[in-house]
Amino acid sequence: MNLSYRRFFILALWLPLLCFGSARAGTYTLTIDEKAVNLTGKPQTAIVANGSLPAPTLHWREGEEVTLNVVNRLKEPTSIHWHGIVLPYRMDGVPGISFAGIEPGKIFTYRFRVKQNGTYWYHGHSGMQEQQGLFGALVIEPAHPHRPTERDYVLLLSDWPEADPERTLARLKKQSDYYNFQKRTVANLFTDLRERGVSETINDRLAWGQMRMEPTDLADVTGATYHFLVNGHTPAMDWAALFSPGDRVRLRIVNASAMTHFDVRIPGLKMRVIEADGQPVMPVDVEELRIAVAETYDVLVEPEADRAYRIFAEAMDRSGFASATLTPKIGLQAELPKMRPHTLLTLADMGPMHVGHGAHAEHQAAVPNDNGLDQPPHADHADHTGHQRHPRPASVPHAEAPAMGSYKALDYRHLMAAAPNRGWRQPDREIRLRLTGNMYRYIWSFDDVKYSDSEPIRVKFGEHIRFTYVNETMMNHPIHLHGLWQYLDNGNGAFNPKKHVINVPPGQTVSVIVIADAEGEWAFHCHLLYHMDTGMFRKLIVEKAEHVRE
Amino acid sequence: MKTYSFNPVELRLLLGSLLAGLFYAHPASAQDDRMIFSRFMAERFEYEGNENLHLFKWDIKHWIGNDDHKLYLKTEGDYSADQDIFGRADLQLLYSRNIDTFWDFQIGARRAFEPERTFDAVIGFQGLAPYFVEVDGAVFITDNGNLLGRLSLGYEMLLTQRLILMPRIEVNVAAEDIENRGVKAGVTEFEAGMRLRYEIEREFAPYVGFDYVEEESLREHHHSVRFVVGMRFWY
Repeated sequence: MNLSYRRFFILALWLPLLCFGSARAGTYTLTIDEKAVNLTGKPQTAIVANGSLPAPTLHWREGEEVTLNVVNRLKEPTSIHWHGIVLPYRMDGVPGISFAGIEPGKIFTYRFRVKQNGTYWYHGHSGMQEQQGLFGALVIEPAHPHRPTERDYVLLLSDWPEADPERTLARLKKQSDYYNFQKRTVANLFTDLRERGVSETINDRLAWGQMRMEPTDLADVTGATYHFLVNGHTPAMDWAALFSPGDRVRLRIVNASAMTHFDVRIPGLKMRVIEADGQPVMPVDVEELRIAVAETYDVLVEPEADRAYRIFAEAMDRSGFASATLTPKIGLQAELPKMRPHTLLTLADMGPMHVGHGAHAEHQAAVPNDNGLDQPPHADHADHTGHQRHPRPASVPHAEAPAMGSYKALDYRHLMAAAPNRGWRQPDREIRLRLTGNMYRYIWSFDDVKYSDSEPIRVKFGEHIRFTYVNETMMNHPIHLHGLWQYLDNGNGAFNPKKHVINVPPGQTVSVIVIADAEGEWAFHCHLLYHMDTGMFRKLIVEKAEHVRE
Repeated sequence: MKTYSFNPVELRLLLGSLLAGLFYAHPASAQDDRMIFSRFMAERFEYEGNENLHLFKWDIKHWIGNDDHKLYLKTEGDYSADQDIFGRADLQLLYSRNIDTFWDFQIGARRAFEPERTFDAVIGFQGLAPYFVEVDGAVFITDNGNLLGRLSLGYEMLLTQRLILMPRIEVNVAAEDIENRGVKAGVTEFEAGMRLRYEIEREFAPYVGFDYVEEESLREHHHSVRFVVGMRFWY
């Protein structure tokens, strides 16, 4: 009796909502299935949602109660994770952590209220389905829309493998440098001897040899197997977006790759970065930005000329590129830029690994600098201090705001939240997490412990925790925390930007503050798929404070 | 003259282990770091000879296991086609435990089929030493308590991304004379050579090269330079 009264009461509350705002309760159905595709010149099998590769872009509205029916037509379990979305943890979609997964032939209904706006994405969290095509963009309209731009496009970057991803992983386990075809050769030795001199070259070779590592090891899986895509299109297929000269074009760049960081530029156009990971930031003008796996950046461009522009995304290791065209007329082509030579890792990048180099102290900086810009951390923000004290009201549409600075390449230090973070305070405690791995045997871990051997990290509800990530490996690790924001501590205090993915470059230390404001069990991992899969993963439990006292 | 044959039990053991390696465990969720992998590696599969000598040689390693625990099968030997005899043929079955980033400790048994049927205990280590030197070393303890040792060192020099020069040294030693095996104390075999391979695929690489071999036993001593052609393949 009691129960049915309660049901009635809830229904009565819900009725007006149902009547007044049909747009506020959207129902979406995603049917996950296999599909034959041909992107590499030979037939392959993709895992698709609603028959589409990539999965369809979902448009939600802030405040909306979404209902998402995910139908599994595969022969194996599946799951969808709503990347960057703040939601009840049972809706987060990680098999073995937040729910049981979706068995073949079954339907799972995700239902939650959308509390945020901006650009996000969603992807499979079962097996290697994300690498097989199960990913799509999420565009969430703000509750109070500001003046939209004339054009608004999603650029979903991805890496498509020639082999079955299980086979890729098996190859890495057998020979971890399988996909590196840019190693240093004897010819490089002679070039170095000529250019750097005998002693420096020999010292360098000995130092790398002692570590048993390769300075060309920028990516584990490379263009040797990957085809790089924009919205599911190879460079040859050339995905195109239209504009009229003078338009403001908003590009929502999402890196949905399994393993590839991209350097994105549009020769001839400045990009004004206005959002990072879906969150408004003080606008920054850049010519280029590095987008780590699973990050999103929204940029504005204003093409004036009546010509086509090339959107060019080089893989960080320069083993290939993704590309698309921004054009006033279909069929117009823009010049394809040349890929730049890849950089070598330096001994300094190796940080704590490179014992005897004295590099430890230099690399304890709070903020990564992976673009080789050598300003001290706060120098380039000196002229922003005024804005920190008198921040722009959050309601001012950032699309109108002038840029806070102009840089060649975007750096984490340039990111500053557009509005102060409420409740910002010094953290209650610090958790240091070493990002570790064994490249030789292709094992990845936190604090040298793989996921299967680990205990969950436990924090209390309401706690502010400083996580300090110390990267002791030679790879970049984009660290993703489900369900909670990571406030990147880049020295901007209450204006520190909040992100769902924090990239930690080789040998560097990065601090974030996490406010444990969502109860539950959350996945916490490196977003490089093969790193996550081989152990760089933890469960983070946000416990109710009372629960701890009992 | 001897003709060579596996006894049925040993043959079954070998085939069984190889077959087991064909089955991988498939992960259910995206964070399964206990998967089992396997690797078959024919490091050497070659003809080796000079004017007086024509040998077919093999050096094959096969492992199956996870990050920490592996089962290793190693077999080495040579067969003289014109004399129809095996100069040497053995099979090792080892448990391999990862003890450090670059090192595995190995323990198990070796069954030699030729030239004598012998049975030894094996304690060894395998890994990558600083400066990228590949190391495989083992101590063999015979049923009479005699000690034999084997150490091989290899290095890869990239001439291009696919053309690779690999110098290699192997030393076999004995702690004391072993009459019934014809083994003389000291260095029983020393081999130094180079192979130049071209990786058509990572998994398939034909090669050419040469070996300098010195053998010392109670019965004879000889040394020779041999030309080598073969292929390296793995899966």
